[in-house]
Amino acid sequence: MELLSFGDTGWGDELFLATLMTIAVSIAAMAIGFIFALIFTPLKLSKNKSLNIIGNCYTTIIRGVPELLVIYLLFFGGTGAVMYVASIFGYDGYIEINAFITGALAIGIISGAYSTEVFRGAILSIDKGQFEASKVLGIKKNIQFYKIILPQMLRLSIPNLSNVWQITLKDTSLISVTGLVEIMRQSYIAAGSTRDPLFFYSIAAVLYLMLTFISMKLINKLEIKYSKGY
Amino acid sequence: MISIFPDLLSGAVITLQLLASSMFFGLIIGLIFAILRINRNPIINKFAYGYSYFFRGTPLLVQLYLIYYGLANIELLRNSFFWVIIKEPYWCAIIAFSLNTGAYTSEILRSAFQTIKKGYIEAAQSLGVTKKITFYRIQLPIAIKQSLPAYGNEIILMLKGTSLASVITIMDLMGEARKVNVLTFKPFEAFITAGIIYLFLTFIIHNIIKYLEKKYGFQT
Repeated sequence: MELLSFGDTGWGDELFLATLMTIAVSIAAMAIGFIFALIFTPLKLSKNKSLNIIGNCYTTIIRGVPELLVIYLLFFGGTGAVMYVASIFGYDGYIEINAFITGALAIGIISGAYSTEVFRGAILSIDKGQFEASKVLGIKKNIQFYKIILPQMLRLSIPNLSNVWQITLKDTSLISVTGLVEIMRQSYIAAGSTRDPLFFYSIAAVLYLMLTFISMKLINKLEIKYSKGY
Repeated sequence: MISIFPDLLSGAVITLQLLASSMFFGLIIGLIFAILRINRNPIINKFAYGYSYFFRGTPLLVQLYLIYYGLANIELLRNSFFWVIIKEPYWCAIIAFSLNTGAYTSEILRSAFQTIKKGYIEAAQSLGVTKKITFYRIQLPIAIKQSLPAYGNEIILMLKGTSLASVITIMDLMGEARKVNVLTFKPFEAFITAGIIYLFLTFIIHNIIKYLEKKYGFQT
């Protein structure tokens, strides 16, 4: 237990901060994923063939390659790409992109692909009559989307989004390979310096279980709250 | 791009080996735990639930580290026969992947068992078919058919999961791609080629499952 005490002698405070980091990265990734999903869902549902292909490519490729690959590509490739762009503008120094940003972006791209599928499914399950009814009532297309489709889409996607959240939360452990100090990285450091990997990786597992457990409870509450009228 | 291809392909073989063995052991584990999950005894039931909750609630990377670095910490294991197995990263990876996919498979099979119509079992009972035969001849085949689509997804998830083996020094497809990146400093070439091979494997698995679904699955 001494190993977990707060302060200089234990790893308690470090692990606590690392847990906060994991939560922060997960939320950032989820938010980035939403942006991607809101861009690609309309593309996937569009009647235009080429837009459709772009949308399908995104979800198929991202869901077909390992998460680690996306992270490595962004981590190793991202720096090169940014430096190349900078060199065009005449800056030749070394640029290092923040590990938090790369990590959140990589996980965000992945969770965005899953969110896209969830949103697509939710929109498809909205009754067709509603589209027709709002059309008959002369409601404009964008108002129809914001006031009628979007609220229902969000409510219908809560259960599946909770799955996406769980996947995202677990995927953030992979960012540890890029050196961002979240739960996994911190336990790796702690395990290395105390030579007690069994203990610290068990703690990491418990922390992740706690996070998934608490977030499940919160999402269940949300789900009950938003399905009141149904 | 062509020069790195043979290296990556040899990695892909390791990836497929890892996938095949962990799917094999995972299916056995999953089947056992699915049967435990539908058991009425609350202690057995809770145990199986705890297993699947742990392995589905923690990242695969944690499980892999726990087995690879953690188990080696236990003096008792180090001196026992098991040390031969757990000192090899390859076997550690297979153990971790099998346990992980076993948890997901048990959930897939459990939900399939529970959605079997009661009428089938009652019909078997009224015909005097024994419990054992009802299970092997009626419940199990239906459950397997019903879980084919979800199981196909699980295989693809596991294919992506095997890339984590590269973190514990196994030279699978991901490991080879990392090596190429380090040696040539061409991250795009290395990782995109590896990505294409992964996509290709996903595509093949997806189509095999689709074919099986068409042949053996339920027409809906």
